[in-house]
Amino acid sequence: MSAPGGSATGTQGRVYTVGGQDWDEIVAAADQAEDGSREEHLIVNMGPQHPSTHGVLRLILSLDGETVTELRPVIGYLHTGIEKNMEFRTWTQGVTFCTRMDYLSPLFNETAYCLAVEKLLGITDQVPERASVLRVLMMELNRIASHLMAVGTFGMELGATTVFLYGLREREKVLDLFELISGLRMNHAYVRPGGVSQDLPSGALEKLRDFLAVMPRQLDELRKLLDVNPVYLARTREVAHLDLAGCMALGITGPILRSTGLPWDLRKSQPYCGYETYDFDVATRQTCDAYGRYLIRMDEIDQSLRIIEQCVDRLSATRPATDPVMIGNAKIGWPAQLAVGPDGLGNSADHIAHIMSQSMEALIHHFKLVTEGFRVPAGQVYAAVESPRGELGCHAVSDGGTRPYRVHFRDPSFTNLQSVSAMCEGGMVADVIVAVASIDPVMGGVDR
Amino acid sequence: MTGPQDEDKAALAGRERLTEPVVRTGMFGTHTTGDTSGYGGLKVRQQPPVPSERPYGSYFDEVADALGGALESSGTSFGEAVERVVVAADELTFHVRREHLVQVCGKLRDEPALAFELCLGVSGVHYPSDAGSELHAAYHLLSITHNRRLRVEVSAPDADPHIPSVVEVYPTCDWHERETWDFFGIVFDGHPALTRIEMPDDWKGHPQRKDYPLGGIPVEYRGATVPPPDERRSYA
Repeated sequence: MSAPGGSATGTQGRVYTVGGQDWDEIVAAADQAEDGSREEHLIVNMGPQHPSTHGVLRLILSLDGETVTELRPVIGYLHTGIEKNMEFRTWTQGVTFCTRMDYLSPLFNETAYCLAVEKLLGITDQVPERASVLRVLMMELNRIASHLMAVGTFGMELGATTVFLYGLREREKVLDLFELISGLRMNHAYVRPGGVSQDLPSGALEKLRDFLAVMPRQLDELRKLLDVNPVYLARTREVAHLDLAGCMALGITGPILRSTGLPWDLRKSQPYCGYETYDFDVATRQTCDAYGRYLIRMDEIDQSLRIIEQCVDRLSATRPATDPVMIGNAKIGWPAQLAVGPDGLGNSADHIAHIMSQSMEALIHHFKLVTEGFRVPAGQVYAAVESPRGELGCHAVSDGGTRPYRVHFRDPSFTNLQSVSAMCEGGMVADVIVAVASIDPVMGGVDR
Repeated sequence: MTGPQDEDKAALAGRERLTEPVVRTGMFGTHTTGDTSGYGGLKVRQQPPVPSERPYGSYFDEVADALGGALESSGTSFGEAVERVVVAADELTFHVRREHLVQVCGKLRDEPALAFELCLGVSGVHYPSDAGSELHAAYHLLSITHNRRLRVEVSAPDADPHIPSVVEVYPTCDWHERETWDFFGIVFDGHPALTRIEMPDDWKGHPQRKDYPLGGIPVEYRGATVPPPDERRSYA
C-alpha cells in the first residue's frame, strides 16, 4: 500500500489509496491508466464511525459503479469483555453486567440470564407469579421502546428526520415508565435470579393505563408518515431480500425470519414466564424485504400493547402485600427489601432494624448472601427468550460455586449481522443503509 | 448391616474419588490468613462425568434412536460417534468425538426425523482440570419442524486444540467459530477464514481461557502505558 493519495502497482493491477480531498488527482490518474479499461473497482470503507451504521460497525464495500460486488462487515469495536467479567462476580451481580450488552433491550438480557440461572438452580416453577407478570410487562415495554428506536432510526437514515423525532418521543414515554418502575432508564438490573428487584411503586398502574390509552393514537401518527409514503416504499420494498432458506442457513431469527412468512416466535413455540397464558398474535409478512420487517415491527408494538394491557389487569388483581416478587427460598432470594427513605432508595428501615438489633442469624444470613452469594449446582443449561431482534440465548455453566464458570450469550444481533453481505451483494450502494437498518443490529450486543 | 462386599465398594468409590482433580480449596476463595472459618483445608474434588442411562425421557430417546439409525446407515455406530449422552435440567447433550462432528451435524440437519435446521452458534468452555479434553465447544441446535432443542458438545485437548469446522453444514457458525477461536484458541479446521473477530488482529492470547487473567493487561494510550490494575499502587 502506498501513502494516502498515492498509487502503486500491486498484484491486482493498479491500486489507488485515497485519504480524502484528493479526488481530482485520482480521477485524472485513473483516466490515464495504461490499459484504458474502465473496469476499476472502488473499495469504500464505511465506518466504524458512521452515523447510519448503528454504532461502531465497519463495512468494507467493494463497488463496481453503484453496485456492491462484495461487502465485508468488521466488528469488535465495542467488545467490553462482559462474559469474562461475569465469571468474577456472583450470580446475582451478573445481572448488572449482562444488562449492558444489548443496551436497547436490557430487560431481555436480564431475563434470559435469570431464566438460565433459575434452570440451573431448578427453581423455575418457584418464581412467584407476580414476578413473572412483572417480567413480561417490562419485556413488552422494552420491545416497544426497541422497535420505536429501530423504526425511528430507519426513517432518519433514509432522510426522514420527523420519523426519528416521533419515534424517540414515544420511546421516551416507555423510558419514563422504566424509571418509575425500576429506578433507571437504562441498565436496570431489575430482573434478578428468583424474581425481580422490587414491586411496582404506587401510582405505576395508573401511569401504565395512561400509556396504553395514549399510545395507539401516537403509533397511528407514526404509521401515517411511513406506511404508504411513496419515497419510503421505493426505498424499502423489495430491498435487502433474504428468503427462508437464507435465514435458516445463516441462523437468522426475529423479524427478519418472520418477514419470510414463518411464524416462529419463542413466546408462542417455547413459552417462558407464562407467555402461554397471554392472548396475542405473531406478526408475519411474506415479502422477505425491508418493508415487511418494518410492518412486522409496527404490528409487534400493537401486540405488545395488548400483552401489557393483560399484565396490568393481572397486576391489579394481585396485591404486593400478599404476592411477593422474589422467591420465598431464603437461601436464594435477596434478603433485603428496597424502600425509598429520606436519602433515596435503599434497604428498608424495617429490614435494617431486624438485622441490626433483633436477629444475629438474620445479619449473618444477609452478610453471607450479599457478599458470598448463593451456590449453584454444577452443570450447564441453555435458556432463550424472544428479544426484539430474535432468539437471545444464554448458555450458563456452573462448577458448583458462587460465580458463573462461564456465561455465553447468543446475541441475535451478532448472528443476524452475518446476513448483511447476503442482503447487499449485487444491490445498490444506497441500499446497504436500508439493509443494515432492517437488520437493526445493536453493537453492544454484537460485541459484548 | 453392611456386608464386607459393600464396604469394599464404598472404599473403592472413596479411593476413586480421591484420584479426581481438586477444583476448589477452602470455603471463601481466600488464600491468605484472612479465612478464620476453619474451612481453609477443605478440598472439593471434581465430579466425574456421569453418562445418563436409558430411558432418557421426553423426546430424547426418539432423537437418539433416529441419530443412531442415520449413523448406522452410513457405516458408523452410535457409540463410535457419540462418546456419552447426558440428560440434565431437561436438556439433552450428545458428547460427540471430534472426528465425527461434521458427520453427526450433517445427519442432525438432514434426517427428516431429526431436522435440526437451525444452529444457534458455538459456545466455548475451558476446563483446565479436565485433563486430556480441556477445551469444549457446545453447539446448540434447534429443530423448528419438531420444536426440539439439542446440545452437541465436542472437546479437544489443550495440546492439540483442533475441532473440525461445521460451517459447511451450518453456515451461521462462521462468526461463532471465529469468536470461539478468538476467545479460547480452538482451531476450527476447514473454516473458510479463521481470523480474530472481537479482539484486535495482533492480540496475544485468548482472553476467555481460565489461565488468562481479568485485567492485568498494560493499556497503551498515545505512547503512555497504564500499568495493570493490580500493580498501580500498594497498600503496604
